Amino acid sequence: MFLYILKRVLATIPVMVIVAIFVFLLLRLTPGDPAAILAGDAATPAQLERIRDRLGLNDPLITQFFTWMGQLLRGDLGTSLLSNTSVSGMLADRLGPTINIAVMTIVISVALAVPMGVIAAWRHRTWVDFLVMSFSVLGFSVPVFVIGYILIQIFAIELRWVPVQGYADPSAGFGAFFSRAILPSLTLATIYIALIARMTRASMLEVLGEDYIRTARAKGVRENVVLFRHALRNAAVPILTIIGTGFALLISGVVVTESVFNIPGIGRLTVDAILARDYPVIQAMILLTAGIYVFVNLIVDVSYSFFDPRIRY
Amino acid sequence: MLTLRSALKETRGLAAALLTGTALLAPGALSAQEDETTITAVMHSGLRVLDPVITTAHITRNHGYMIYDVLTAVDSEFNPQPQMASWEMSEDGLTYTFTLRDGLMFHDGAPVTGADVVASLNRWGERDSGGQMIFDRTASLEAPDDKTIVWTLSEPFAPLLDVISKQSAVPPFIMPARVAETSSDETITEYVGSGPFVFNEEEYEPGVNVTYDKFEDYVPRDEPASWMAGGKVVNVDKVVWTTMPDALTALNALSAGEIDYLEQVQIDLMPILEGNPDVTVEKRDELGYVTIGRPNFLHPPFDNKLVRQAAMAALDQESMLATMQGNPEYYNVCGAIFGCSTPLGDESGSEMLTDGADPEAARALLEEAGYDGTPIVVMAPTDVVSLINQPVVAAQALREAGFEVDLQSMDWQSVVQRRAQQSAPGEGGWNLFFTNWMVPEISDPLINVMVNGRGDDAWFGWPTDPEIEELRSAFVAAENEASQKEIAVQIQEHVMDNVNYIMMGEYIIPQARRNTIQNMIPSPVPVFWNVTKEAE
Repeated sequence: MFLYILKRVLATIPVMVIVAIFVFLLLRLTPGDPAAILAGDAATPAQLERIRDRLGLNDPLITQFFTWMGQLLRGDLGTSLLSNTSVSGMLADRLGPTINIAVMTIVISVALAVPMGVIAAWRHRTWVDFLVMSFSVLGFSVPVFVIGYILIQIFAIELRWVPVQGYADPSAGFGAFFSRAILPSLTLATIYIALIARMTRASMLEVLGEDYIRTARAKGVRENVVLFRHALRNAAVPILTIIGTGFALLISGVVVTESVFNIPGIGRLTVDAILARDYPVIQAMILLTAGIYVFVNLIVDVSYSFFDPRIRY
Repeated sequence: MLTLRSALKETRGLAAALLTGTALLAPGALSAQEDETTITAVMHSGLRVLDPVITTAHITRNHGYMIYDVLTAVDSEFNPQPQMASWEMSEDGLTYTFTLRDGLMFHDGAPVTGADVVASLNRWGERDSGGQMIFDRTASLEAPDDKTIVWTLSEPFAPLLDVISKQSAVPPFIMPARVAETSSDETITEYVGSGPFVFNEEEYEPGVNVTYDKFEDYVPRDEPASWMAGGKVVNVDKVVWTTMPDALTALNALSAGEIDYLEQVQIDLMPILEGNPDVTVEKRDELGYVTIGRPNFLHPPFDNKLVRQAAMAALDQESMLATMQGNPEYYNVCGAIFGCSTPLGDESGSEMLTDGADPEAARALLEEAGYDGTPIVVMAPTDVVSLINQPVVAAQALREAGFEVDLQSMDWQSVVQRRAQQSAPGEGGWNLFFTNWMVPEISDPLINVMVNGRGDDAWFGWPTDPEIEELRSAFVAAENEASQKEIAVQIQEHVMDNVNYIMMGEYIIPQARRNTIQNMIPSPVPVFWNVTKEAE
């Protein structure tokens, strides 16, 4: 197992290098000029040229690339061209809200979706199954910002149970964190509940038709034990895969929800950086996202063996 | 009848009873009202660049007014007033002597000296176009002692005080000499001013939040506040600027009392606030903005004056403004290139613009010009709300008048990069783009970059226009306001004939505040001195 993990970690190095080269070239070949954003509308071409020089944007691409790689190898993600602050500091500030919301979303999603999927499979082709599947279709179909606005209208504007927007770190108190995180988490969870419930149901239906389930029932094992210990454990692999992918997606792609609820997460940081062509920030964000995908996939792969003893590394 | 709203209100009471005592149930405690002397304001953009001299971004200029002070400043009548310093001008108009007032202190406790002022003005002069004009005529700028600054010119420059007092785009903010000695092509890294608020570096999150603390040692002037002039009396402990990318969220947050002030309210969302007795929507900046079209003088067909005139005849201010704003209360058909409510504003020769489109006249002009159907490349940004509509409306109007239009959609960054390209439209260049300015930024021939006619050294579009340059020189040399006004009218007429740019009208963006916020002064720059905040 240790050897397997080590191999996987080492395999990420070429992946990250390729991502780094690709991102660097893609950004430099895209139209845009950070110096123009920095200087504003009335700057003259000569002023822009001098700023580009200062920022190193006039250096040959190869020089810029190796300067950046050199910084990366020293663990330095560089400095934002616009705000002149360290990119690692910016990421550290923004990663917390995104991860906390993602974790809360996944917890809510798994807590609701897995039982829903199990019950839907257990009560296959009954009204319960129909209800779960209808919710799934709805969860997939309605855009997240619509769900967000509806939740805000009901729970923040009308009922005034929670604030409309904002984010508080858990260190400021669980109540403050929870009250601000619950609506965005519920908003995001609608999609993941739909996704995980469908996957759980499909996987469970397949397993529930297996001989060992019939044997367990014939032996008189209680139904909840059959469902959750025998069937669910064997159905877990595809469910774990979807949860893992879902978590990585949540980290990298929640910009709409972050905007609707005004959460200063990395989704907004990325979009703002792209619109301003803040190269060091975009490069760091894409590398981080690639790293998160690789890491989450590794965790998911390793966790398979805990749920399914047949899988060995 | 039980409506959803009434049912929810019933539920609110029940839920409140069930949840009393939990942290969940304390929107008051969760909101910005925790500290009654903190104003939470949602600004039009996130603050990312902290150097108000290197950039012309409005949010950075606004930040500059929070933490820095200026030597002199314009009041609401466009008149320069003493701020940090009073001045005396020699009879020949060549020497200005500024005397710093007592009590001026930087946030680090050091007194403001003449040397700080000289260093700050020098750096500003390298960046600002108006500043460059002054320094082109500067014989010396010196501080003979801590309180005095002597600015000696080689030739008279009557608008000097107007230029150093302007509130946009780059005002000459006074910084400590050690900071102002930073190259003007590099951003400063220390944010110490002598203004009424102190920048709270610890709580700063670029693009998200910025906090300003009251500067306890600031000594305001005695005169009442007027625009950027007068006494900057701070009545709150803190001002927090925050950014909300979603306009509806910002409105909801204001309604719920989570924020106190919203700098820009989207017109189409205003009905949401209209029924709210706790919120006031108002126009605090009556001058507002202008939207303009800029042709490229380097390439056909807009290198031909008749074709530019045809484009102007084809466009209709009313339909463009109506598409942008919707509500006529918030826009103004205006043909004055220096703005309709400014001292130099004049609408001479603008009938073609203000009387509606005339496609027939445009067709006739195109025929006279021998327009051969060369497509004109119109750049259409898709990610800046206030610039999305103009290219689309213009493209339709130009097509109706006989132009071939190649409307190219791109993000604003691509527009910004492409408009700097002097190559032919088919090789990465362009023919026409639209942008917006605050009215004070276009209000005279020295500030307005679009009336610069110095070819390659002019603003994007690069007109070579010796006639307008002569008029601008005459404006600089003009001895009094009456002759300045006369020259401004001549520039107006010239621009209407030569179509240096196409004025597409004025518009206003309303602001909104909780009623607990009082005494905000009307100003093109939102300022947080003078403001009081009452408990909810």
